[in-house]
Formats: sequence, C-alpha cells, structure tokens
Amino acid sequence: MNVPDDLKYAESHEWIRVNDGIGTVGITDHAQAELTDIVFVEPPKLGVTFAAKNAVAVVESVKAASDIYTPVSGEIVEVNPALDSDPALLNTDPFAAGWIFKIKLSDPAELDSLKTPDAYRAQIAG
Amino acid sequence: MSSRTALYDRHVALGGRMVDFAGWEMPVQYTGILDEHRAVREAAGMFDISHMGEFFVSGAASTAWLDGLLTNHVAKLAVGEAQYTLLLNERGGVIDDLIVYRLGDGEYLLVVNAAKIAEDAAWLRAHAVEGVTFIDRSGEFSAIAVQGPVARGIFQTVFEEALSAEHNRVAEIRFGNEEGFAVTTGYTGEDGFEAVIPNAAAGALWDALAAAGAKPCGLGARDTLRLEMGYPLNGSDLAPDRTPLEAGLGFFVDFTKGEFIGRSALAAQKEAGLPARLAALAVTEKSPPMRSHYPVWANGGLVSETCSGALSPTLGHGIAMAYLPAALAKPGQAVEIEVRGRRYKASVVKKPFLKRD
Repeated sequence: MNVPDDLKYAESHEWIRVNDGIGTVGITDHAQAELTDIVFVEPPKLGVTFAAKNAVAVVESVKAASDIYTPVSGEIVEVNPALDSDPALLNTDPFAAGWIFKIKLSDPAELDSLKTPDAYRAQIAG
Repeated sequence: MSSRTALYDRHVALGGRMVDFAGWEMPVQYTGILDEHRAVREAAGMFDISHMGEFFVSGAASTAWLDGLLTNHVAKLAVGEAQYTLLLNERGGVIDDLIVYRLGDGEYLLVVNAAKIAEDAAWLRAHAVEGVTFIDRSGEFSAIAVQGPVARGIFQTVFEEALSAEHNRVAEIRFGNEEGFAVTTGYTGEDGFEAVIPNAAAGALWDALAAAGAKPCGLGARDTLRLEMGYPLNGSDLAPDRTPLEAGLGFFVDFTKGEFIGRSALAAQKEAGLPARLAALAVTEKSPPMRSHYPVWANGGLVSETCSGALSPTLGHGIAMAYLPAALAKPGQAVEIEVRGRRYKASVVKKPFLKRD
C-alpha cells in the first residue's frame, strides 16, 4: 500500500497535507482498497466549522456508506468538484486527484497529534 | 462458528472478501462488485451458491403433498421441469421462496434459501404425511450458478453436451465420478445455469468453469444483479407478514389447483383488496446508492421505507423496492427517498428496472 512520506495521517484513515494554514484532506490508499468501488461522495458543506475527529463527509461504495472524519479543527474552504461526476477518483488517485476537502486550520498544533507515515504504516500492517 | 462451503479455500485464494451471510462465510466480492456485475451482464460470472439448501421429496403422494404446501401448481410440472414457488404460513405470509424441480415420477428437488433451511425443513416435517419421504441433503451438495450471455458456451465446454434451450429445466449431469443436476434457472436476469453437485466435485467443477471463462463473482454483484431485475430477496423484500400478492408474485400463486396452506388468507386479501404492494422505485436525480430502511415519502407524508436498494451499475441511477400503500404503487407515482436527512426524487416504475429485449 502506498503511504506517501510527505503527509500526516489519522487513525481513521484520512491523510492531510498542509500549505499556508490550509489542509487538504483525503482518504488513504489502504482505505480506498478496503472500501472498494466508490460510487458516491457527499462532501462537507462549505463555510462550516468542525472540530477535529468529527464526521464531515460520507463516502459510499456499492455495498456500504462510510463516514469521513476531519483530522483537524477548522472551517471548510473548498470541496473537490471533480468527485461529483467521478467519485472513483478516490480509488484511482486517492492522494492527489481524489482529495475530498480543504480546511482552514484553527489550531495547527493538532497536527502534532496525527500519525507519521511510519506510524500509519505500522497501523495498517497490524 | 459460521459454516464454510466446499469452495471456501478457493474464495480465499482468489482474494475473495469473506463476510457472514446467513451463518456462512461467503465472498461478497473478489475484484470488485462493479467489475463482477459487468462480467455477468456482458460475458459470464459464476457464484458459489452452495449455502442454499437442497431438499429431496419422493413417494407416491409427494405431488399432492407439495401442492398442499406450495403456491404454484406442482402437478403441472413434467419430468425435467421446474417452477418458482412460495412456501406460506397460515396467514398467507411468506416463509420462503424456492424453486421446485421435478426429477422423476413422484420425485422432486427443492432449492431453498440458506437462511431458511432449518425453518423450511421444520415446517415440512411438521406437515409430514404417509407416502412422502422428505430428506434435507443441504450438507451433501454444493451449487455453482453460472450466469451471463456466454454461460451456455461454458456449459458446453465443461459438460460436453448442450444446455437445455428452455428456462426452468433440470437435467442430470455427470462431472468426474459424481452425478448432479444442471438447472436452467438463475437470479440475475441473464441466460445461464446452476449446477447442483456433490461436495466432492465442487472444487474441480469451479476450476473447470473458471478455465472455460466464468469470472468468480460474489454476493455483492448477485444482489445488484437481482435488484436490477426486481427479483425479491427473502428477508428483505419478502417476510412472514407480507403475502406473495403484496409482493407482486401473484403469477406464482395458483388459486385453481385446490387447497394449500395460506390460500384462504390470500383469497380473503384478494377479495378485500391489497393493503400494500411491493413497488419498484427508480431515483430520477443524482443520489447516493439506495439501501434498505430508507424512509419513503409521498404527497408530503411518510408512507414507507425501502426494503432493498442499490445504485444500479448498469443504469447508473438509484433503484429501490418498498411496500407502498396500494393506491401509490402505480407506475408514474412520484415519491421521495430520504438519505441522511435529504430527500431524493424517485418514481414508481414497472419491474424490471433493467428492460431486456
């Protein structure tokens, strides 16, 4: 499973990449493989503020619906418009074209509590 | 402890994602539900259906006995023919839906749902009569369904004989040293067959079918395929408090054949008018996949909940089934299906969802 070195990870299988106080969030390669064929993504509402670890979006495979949690607290500033017509981007390109939302971090210190790539690799190996 | 079919090791070796289904460890998918669904619609897929039950009924009085227990007319079957039928309780509710195959004179095979083997067997035993022998041989037999436009060619390759051109036929087959049955029935809407064979032959048959081009498919695709055809699933769309008339299965109820368990309740319901009907609902806007137990709204009121649902892989939109008050269960009726607090527009359509030529 691909676990890019330049990202932080949540135990609930989301990744986050932070640039200038804005975090881009998606689900990991491991998560998309577990969920299988993703056919629908319900993104979070723009402008809404969430606390870390809250369910903000829903990803649905043919068989099941799964909540997506924000790894950090903040305001949703962008959602990926491409997922509306092509939710399978989460399967085919989970770390790039398949990003789900962008969040303006209200507490960047929360990043320290997220998993390093090595810690996340250990989690999914176990 | 859940049960495993004779093909369990093959499912695991193929990367099958194993889930519990009616007490059995079954593959929900191998490569992916969409991929497997497409294989069945366009070529051929195969499903391990060994978890289903095989009952054998024999004896001089067996035809009359079955006709007193099942809704369809068993006496109409010639040797080698099969029919879809229902086993009802006294209230006319569905205990199980099954297929009865006439193997010989006074000799029948019943293939029943995995989740209902024990209940069906107990019911049949409770109604035992002189002159009829009933044996539950579910544990001895495996079954593989091969479905799709090229399934017929696969049968020819593997069994070196032609499959019956007609649906609802049963014939004896030999594979290796084992004897079983090939039946032209299925649960996908595609051409094909189901091979019922002793457990000892299951693995080699699975391998031979795969070598001949049948793609292993799991229960996930089996569910989306049957739902596109509007076929009911017992436990979701059929229940002990719903009659086959409400489920739209009146075609499989023969009122002319004489008495059978549940008949008087069905006749009374027919006389009084059906309170509800199982309706096919096609979502008419972009939506999440439909699933069971989603609220159904009509004319501003909550009228029901879905009993089955999916995002149709072939049609690309949401499909669901729900028992609606009879007045609403008419093609063209607008309804809404609620998913996570949002309502999506849908309309009652005629079954099947997937129209075939």
